[in-house]
Amino acid sequence: MTLTLAHYLTLGAILFALSMVGIFLNRKNIIVLLMAVELMLLAINMNFVAFSHYLGDMHGQVFVFFILTVAAAESAIGLAILMLLFRNKSSINVDELNTLKG
Amino acid sequence: MDVKTGFFYLFALVMLFAAFRVITARNPVHAVLFLMLTFSQAAGIWLLLKAEFLAITLVLVYLGAVMVLFLFVVMMLDIHIDSLRQGFWRHFPLALAIGALITLEMAVVLFGGFRTGDAPVVPETVTNAAGQVVQYSNTKALGTLLYTHYLYPIEIAAVLLLIAMITAIALTLRERKDSKKIDPSMQVRVRARDRFELVKVAPTQAPVAAEPPVETPAEEAKK
Repeated sequence: MTLTLAHYLTLGAILFALSMVGIFLNRKNIIVLLMAVELMLLAINMNFVAFSHYLGDMHGQVFVFFILTVAAAESAIGLAILMLLFRNKSSINVDELNTLKG
Repeated sequence: MDVKTGFFYLFALVMLFAAFRVITARNPVHAVLFLMLTFSQAAGIWLLLKAEFLAITLVLVYLGAVMVLFLFVVMMLDIHIDSLRQGFWRHFPLALAIGALITLEMAVVLFGGFRTGDAPVVPETVTNAAGQVVQYSNTKALGTLLYTHYLYPIEIAAVLLLIAMITAIALTLRERKDSKKIDPSMQVRVRARDRFELVKVAPTQAPVAAEPPVETPAEEAKK
């Protein structure tokens, strides 16, 4: 039984579903939400690399490179906002983030 | 089942277990550590896919920088975990059902449509511009593509990282109240007349030497 493209794509799909379950479960903990988003990005990157390998096209790997860049920027800013949030509210519970609600 | 397949299943199993622990771990520090395990296994799978440069980048940039940033932030926060885990098990059946549904659907579609055979064979050696036969290098191929075809996107990505850095610093910068630092712009803008002022003072009289016993004629005249 040789590895096909479907194996890697299914692995990415399982990873994506797991992180989605994680978002369902940890709806109050914003740190775990950020980690689940990172996992989702990893699943997408896995698909890109698999397609790039099996279709013999390097452009997919370039795209993964840019996704990694954007993900690093996103997590840096997200964690900065998280720090600011914790400093002001002393809590990271998503339910308490209703200051903007009328 | 050859060695590559065995390694694929090993990496995949460890990765999925670690990802499951990321979303169910009680302690956020444990969750970050399991996330690091997940990323390292993903790097192994990318090595199987012959994406060496991206695998090393994932280890260096993600495990070395981003995850350590996560770890620092998680350790700096003082969190009450119990209040954050309210309703955790209440949503578990629904979440599991939806996750299983997504996985099954995608697996059916993917195994139906993408059971392609072997990957196109990557050449062991390539001929470079000088006509020499050199070994094929994933890093070199990626670099050539990045710095020719994708030159402008990579510049934009660099600017994006700079903006992210400035934003993160600007968001978390905190002025200390007891600091005695001086604003440099105010120092530059200062003018001489703000600092130094000429005051017209009436010329003072020379003090009259006190000679109480002898009364001058002028004082006598005042009396």
